[in-house]
Amino acid sequence: MANEGTVVLDNLVKTFPGMQKPALDRICATLRPGEMSGLVGPDGAGKTTLIRLITGLLHADAGSVTVEGFDSRTQAEAIHAIIGYMPQKFGLYEDLSVSENLELYADLRAVTGQARQSKFEKLLEFTELKRFTGRLAGKLSGGMKQKLGLACALMGDPKVLLLDEPSVGVDPISRRELWKMVREMLSGGMAVVWSTSYLDEAEKCDSVILLNEGRKLYSGPPNDLLDRVDGRTFQIRDIDDRRRRGVLMDLLRQDGVMDGVIQGKQLRVLLAKDTPVPRLDQGSWHRVAPWFEDAFIDVLGGGPGGYSALAERMAEKPVSDKPVIEAVGLSKQFGDFCAVKDNSFSVRRGEIFGLLGPNGAGKSTTFKMLCGLLQPTEGQAFVAGLDLRTATSLARSHLGYMAQKFSLYSSLNVLQNLRFFSGLYGLGGKRQKQQIDMMVEIFDLQHYLKYNAGELPLGFKQRLALACAVMHEPDVLFLDEPTSGVDPITRREFWLHINGMVEKGVTVMVTTHFMDEAEYCDRIGLIYQGENIATGTPDDLKARVQTEGGQPPTLEDAFIELVRRSELSAAGKTAA
Amino acid sequence: MRQLKALVVKEMLQIMRDPSAIMIAFVLPLILLFIFGYGVNLDSNKVRVGLVLEAQSADTTSLAEAFANSRFFVVSIGKDRRQYQDDLSAGRLRGIIVIPQDFSRKIAQHKRSAAIQVIADGSEPNIAGFVQNYARGVLAVWSQHQSEDEGRSTNAAAIQVAPRFWYNPELKSQNFLLPGSIAIIMTLIGSLLTALVVAREWERGTMEALMATPVSSGQILLGKLIPYFLLGMAAMFLCVVVAMWVYAVPFRGSLLALSIVSAVFLLAALGQGLLISSIAKDQFVAAQLALMSAFLPAFMLSGFIFEISAMPEPIQVLTHLFAARYFVTSLQTLFLTGNVWPLLLLCMAAMALIALVFFLLTSRKTRKRLDA
Repeated sequence: MANEGTVVLDNLVKTFPGMQKPALDRICATLRPGEMSGLVGPDGAGKTTLIRLITGLLHADAGSVTVEGFDSRTQAEAIHAIIGYMPQKFGLYEDLSVSENLELYADLRAVTGQARQSKFEKLLEFTELKRFTGRLAGKLSGGMKQKLGLACALMGDPKVLLLDEPSVGVDPISRRELWKMVREMLSGGMAVVWSTSYLDEAEKCDSVILLNEGRKLYSGPPNDLLDRVDGRTFQIRDIDDRRRRGVLMDLLRQDGVMDGVIQGKQLRVLLAKDTPVPRLDQGSWHRVAPWFEDAFIDVLGGGPGGYSALAERMAEKPVSDKPVIEAVGLSKQFGDFCAVKDNSFSVRRGEIFGLLGPNGAGKSTTFKMLCGLLQPTEGQAFVAGLDLRTATSLARSHLGYMAQKFSLYSSLNVLQNLRFFSGLYGLGGKRQKQQIDMMVEIFDLQHYLKYNAGELPLGFKQRLALACAVMHEPDVLFLDEPTSGVDPITRREFWLHINGMVEKGVTVMVTTHFMDEAEYCDRIGLIYQGENIATGTPDDLKARVQTEGGQPPTLEDAFIELVRRSELSAAGKTAA
Repeated sequence: MRQLKALVVKEMLQIMRDPSAIMIAFVLPLILLFIFGYGVNLDSNKVRVGLVLEAQSADTTSLAEAFANSRFFVVSIGKDRRQYQDDLSAGRLRGIIVIPQDFSRKIAQHKRSAAIQVIADGSEPNIAGFVQNYARGVLAVWSQHQSEDEGRSTNAAAIQVAPRFWYNPELKSQNFLLPGSIAIIMTLIGSLLTALVVAREWERGTMEALMATPVSSGQILLGKLIPYFLLGMAAMFLCVVVAMWVYAVPFRGSLLALSIVSAVFLLAALGQGLLISSIAKDQFVAAQLALMSAFLPAFMLSGFIFEISAMPEPIQVLTHLFAARYFVTSLQTLFLTGNVWPLLLLCMAAMALIALVFFLLTSRKTRKRLDA
């Protein structure tokens, strides 16, 4: 039996007390040795629960898990001896040094004698942490923590390696390195489980289990899933730059168009089966290779259409040539740590400007200075022409802010959240009631008014958070990591509203570490270690790193190359 | 064994690098000892009272002098009790002592013992008690002297009350507060600190990583127990040294007895801390639970400050559930009396029983599972 698969999941069901729907519903799958199995799905899909069931740290309500023939319910000890597990947040002791963390896991896994030294050598070599053995784990960068977590998980030469969202929030360079490292482990016959909400990672796995809301949508090689959308994905090129949002929304309203997104200057469209290419008065259609996300959307039955009730109801913002957001040499120093270094940019009316970078790069700090939540150490920030230092509250009344993870009051119900946030933004009396009613109608919240925000399904949480940020019809919208970990349909719906509002002249600023989300922006600033290393349209940035005759680079390729160049020039400066 | 040693070494390194652990184990005890050594004083020296002389005579004047010279009172003398009523209700005075008009007459008659009236502020029962007792004492001494001066040898005078306080002859409250505060400190280390560090492992995801290795849940528990046991004992010795040498609290028991008693109590405190941490998996809840179920009872129900025999019956019964009660008794005995083994053994048996219950519950709750 162990020959077929290292890990066998049989009809797993797990329901947590107090939840209406099971966290996992009748999951069957087989994970094979020497394969990279992607556990793919948005937040709340059940990825972590599934991994914990494999480790035996949770018990299923029904069904069974076996690892190398051991039952996870009755033989958990035997399983613990042969698995390596890196939980979210890497499971490191932050107040122990790199070598102390390794020593601990070596002792726990009884790696002794000669083998111990050679194992340390090998892991430190492999993770390039040799120079940092004395450093506390808490003082490592995100990428290095991730590598140390991996080294600890690999200590006992596991047969099964379980990695729970190892790449979340880490810069693309570290992400690629980690991927390469884990790939190398496979040749020894290890079975690797890599859970992720990044769909581009799913494509590179040997097999995937696609989860959504506790249900398995697909399991098998990723290419087989892509087959179902083969020949239905197109790119539309050569459209008037200023009209591409309008064209997209028109297209999405047509039957047979299942999904569409902005991709720099182009549009990317997924058509339903046997649908002829719709006619457009401009642009040219090119068939392109499908992505995993196309297939995911197809399985889910297509995107939300092209009609934003929110944008329809919004008044057109007055036209103006002046920049709506302006940052002039913004810097922020926390003690001796420089979170943001000399960042300058300006954003026009009706433009989407994105800050792209890994966690800890300084995106949120820049944001907070632009919203008047943090005083810059140096430089100035203007919103709608108002200096945030002197006219903070006036400037704030022109902006809407949606913080990371939605920042709703989870113990207040939907109506109370709407009332509270509208009050914060200075709405009162008749207008407050009118705007709340409008939001409830637009976002279809009637049935949820009495639910606490914490109990809402993820998609409705996202709607409520957006409603709270736009109720006062701001000129400028700040979105901090608005859709990280959210399923693609919810993300489409969100961007539909944003695109619609931008058409009405609202200016939007976004931070993200998602490469595809950055493609929706008109222009992006690449932020790396507090510095804005490049600003331009997504296509500009890609063009900068395009090599003659090479493959067209992705935004991630561009990011990695531009980081490399900026490090080279910084090294050149210090050398000179 | 190797795994357990690795866990203990890891915990020790964390304790040394965590400023809050050092704070609770070594700085807090010093602060507490300082407060209880200097700040809190339950003895009432120099209580302010009003003395009302309703009539002037040789007897009343000499009695008034006796009050004025007492080291317990600061006296202001008046003729009418009404003039002190406002001062009493405003808290400027703690009591009024009235020497009535017929005082001299009754003394002269020898028929009845002469009465004086003591009015005390009942809103502060502790001090009211002092006022009454001190006044009684002054009166007794005074009548003693009167009898001797006059050469009379009455029956009353023949019976002399010579109060002597054993174990704490000066009635210094430091002498029983400082030993008691050791119980507070060890409760903090055993229950609060231990519950917090385990909750922190849950929050940071390290507990989950540990559980997925071949270590057993018993090893994980012992890996916490041993380092914090040692830390608690170290803090205890620090407290004893400071109490004895800085505050000159007598220590009449043996160090061995103290170590054994403390070890037994620490096991109960640690057991409680570990039980809390198996229920509360975030630091906020763990801290709340530890404060409510361990720290506050150790403070209020242990006899450390509030006398248990003065509590209502049901509360007195309740105090038996807390190991701190037995520990405070043992400590006060060891410091002020000596090795009273029958008492100490009884206390240790009770604490050991409580510890056992905690460990049984903990081991039942702690499995290598996230949903149990």
